[in-house]
Amino acid sequence: MLRAKRILGVVARQVFLYRRSFSRILDLFYWPTMDILLWGFLTLYLERGTLHLPRFVSFFLGALILWHILYRSQIAVSVSFLEDIWSRNLLNLMVAPLTLTEYMLGLITVSLIKVSLAFTIMASLAGLFYGFNIFKLGVSLIPFVVNLLALGWAIGFVTIGFIFRFGQEAEILAWALAFVFLPLSAVFYPLSVLPPIIRDLAWFTPSAHVFEGMRAVIENGTIPLRHLIWATGLNLAYLSFGAWFMRRQYEYAREKGTIPKIGE
Amino acid sequence: METVLEVRNLVKDFGGHRALSGVNFVLSRREFLGIIGPNGAGKTTLLNCLLGLITPTKGEIRFFGLELEKHQVYILSRINFASNYVGLPLSLTVFENLVVYGLLYGVSEIKARAERLLKLFGLWEMRNQKTRHLSSGQMMRLCLAKALMNDPEVLLLDEPTAGLDPEIAERVRKLIKAYQREKGLAVIFTSHNLHEMEELSDRVILLNKGQILAEGPPQELCRRFGAKNLEEAFFKALDLWEAENVEG
Repeated sequence: MLRAKRILGVVARQVFLYRRSFSRILDLFYWPTMDILLWGFLTLYLERGTLHLPRFVSFFLGALILWHILYRSQIAVSVSFLEDIWSRNLLNLMVAPLTLTEYMLGLITVSLIKVSLAFTIMASLAGLFYGFNIFKLGVSLIPFVVNLLALGWAIGFVTIGFIFRFGQEAEILAWALAFVFLPLSAVFYPLSVLPPIIRDLAWFTPSAHVFEGMRAVIENGTIPLRHLIWATGLNLAYLSFGAWFMRRQYEYAREKGTIPKIGE
Repeated sequence: METVLEVRNLVKDFGGHRALSGVNFVLSRREFLGIIGPNGAGKTTLLNCLLGLITPTKGEIRFFGLELEKHQVYILSRINFASNYVGLPLSLTVFENLVVYGLLYGVSEIKARAERLLKLFGLWEMRNQKTRHLSSGQMMRLCLAKALMNDPEVLLLDEPTAGLDPEIAERVRKLIKAYQREKGLAVIFTSHNLHEMEELSDRVILLNKGQILAEGPPQELCRRFGAKNLEEAFFKALDLWEAENVEG
């Protein structure tokens, strides 16, 4: 049976940590701010310059903000787990009466908090400096965001699974794994520019449907239901696989006796 | 006395290496059980099996009559663990750490419980300090406070005094023993310090290469091996085992 109190324990551990750590708070805001400023001004230059790319700011900034939702949700899940390895606290957590499902739900809640903060700052800066309103995407913004969050959680769970399997050496994946999805997701360009083989692969990447959908909404104001259905279906499969993979690797680590050695 | 833990024919293989080889023992309520053995004897593997961190290859672990593998979450809510080798988040305050574990263990009246334990362990004045500012002795006392947050019926302690200077180690020992007597909890305790084992334990298990060489109250073991103290008994038991195995 799931217990809310135990999920709250996982969340409280991260909230207390961030409340008292200036460097972690800075990290939460620094990269979203830098990205929106750097890429925002570049897109302004390209839109107004000799290239005359219409709606380029909207396409690019919309994509950038949504990409950060995916990336931040993934990194929030995996780094929250890594925090317990870095502080030699993992064993205490693993011997607490916490189910893996409760732990995953705790990590998801933590990621929702972190992503909300990053999204708020990026959306505010985009409005302030470039007059771009992400909420112009209307109601379609909700399924887009939910789908990107879900993919981020799935990648985060797979990352944790790899850490259970290979130990702390696999922690680099926390920063790297999401970027495997960057070219396939067609974040900053339409799917049509991809070579046919990669386009076929991209079709099975939930985020590619989200970004394609976002461009369609900006361009003609219609919500592409086909892309939303594909993204949702694929994400259900990805998330189920991520949770299964994490659980399987946890059991493998128990079998091999490696959990107490993670972080040593 | 009521049995709180039963370990039957516990075997753990890591590849071709047998870390635990048919370990059997029981633990009664209010009992203080010491586990001693040289490095690689299987003490930590045994504790990790009892905590569900390692899946045994064979055998059965039952807490309160329930099989650990099937009732892990429920059992973990009634036991707890502390080790000198396992830390707590250093960026959280002393109090926050206990609040987090209070939530994870589903403790009611978390703040009152944390306050009581911090006072008991002499950490109340430091409650708002970041855990990173604690000395190693204070850190161990905080780990013990964490381990008692859920008012456990069985407490597993992995070398809780390792690396502490003698005065602080003595203080930690007294705190553990006093709490154990007051609350009547069952304790499993591993240590390399045989003097402390003799002082604290009602019963001792001598473990070597994953096998139990001997078990019993410290005085009885001394008598059985004709030894002046537990340390001597331990070495005599080891010599006897090696002689039998070489001959065998």
